[in-house]
Amino acid sequence: MTINTAREGHTYPGIDYQVSREAIMEFASAVKAGHPAHVDPEAAAGLGHPDLIAPPTFAVVIAQRAEAAVINDPGAGIDFSRVVHAEERFTHHAPITAGENLTAATTLERIRLMGAGAMVTTVTEINDGAGTPRATVTSTLLVRADAEGEQ
Amino acid sequence: MDQELQTHTAAPPHSAEKRAGISEAAQLQKGQTIGSRTIEFSRADLIRYAAASGDHNPIHWNERFATEVGLEGVIAHGMLTMGAAVGLAADWAGDPGRVVDYQTRFTKPVPVPDAAEGSPETPTTALEVIGTVGKVDAEANTARIDLTVELVDGEERTKVLTKVQAVVVLD
Repeated sequence: MTINTAREGHTYPGIDYQVSREAIMEFASAVKAGHPAHVDPEAAAGLGHPDLIAPPTFAVVIAQRAEAAVINDPGAGIDFSRVVHAEERFTHHAPITAGENLTAATTLERIRLMGAGAMVTTVTEINDGAGTPRATVTSTLLVRADAEGEQ
Repeated sequence: MDQELQTHTAAPPHSAEKRAGISEAAQLQKGQTIGSRTIEFSRADLIRYAAASGDHNPIHWNERFATEVGLEGVIAHGMLTMGAAVGLAADWAGDPGRVVDYQTRFTKPVPVPDAAEGSPETPTTALEVIGTVGKVDAEANTARIDLTVELVDGEERTKVLTKVQAVVVLD
């Protein structure tokens, strides 16, 4: 499998994501986020939020669904069985809130070849229904060369 | 809510009524600590994170698979460690919605062994998170909180994340 650097800059078809209170509460519990704004609508309202807000890294749940397009793209030539998560970054324009309908689309931003492996950076833009940017998720994966040292 | 969390914050604990952790940008100083927190993981925590995140990679729940791909055993999701660590900054901010930027590099795996006995909820791994003010931007009214995230194993400490930075909007 050869990584195709010509795929750099390609934006994949987006996905839709409905943010539910249940998904926020389950995720908050999983990351041990004890803030009441994740579980108590009144506490969230007290901070000026229209409904429960998601923990800062919840955006990864949405982003990973959009990033799946890269994984499933044979044209990119990335063997995801040899991938290690190297870096992650979230930039929030507004907190992700229960009841919202969001979209997410991933761009294969950068492929940096390193010997037989590569560093692959994807950027996923999460927007609201009106197309207003809500969050940007940047993920960098290290694709290792396989055990046989295939070039 | 979570008995496994032991938190020590420099400022009084927040409440919905009062965001006590945040002071004016002018009052914050680079290098100032915002507090520390111990986070414990059990195998059950890894299953919960897999379900909540949709990341079902077997290296996070199957010992045989993890060792076959060259790991010493099951490890925590990097995103679980990253997600749990930011709670210190979010609670200090008084509102998780004030965390407008958050990034890290994943440098070392966080092994989560199966508990030798008792409930699978028994924590087998402990992380210590320490937060300090890395930078204050008075114009943007933000503070960059730098987090140190270390795996604690007896006397030994291993940094598992690097460049862990959360930008928080101030009052």
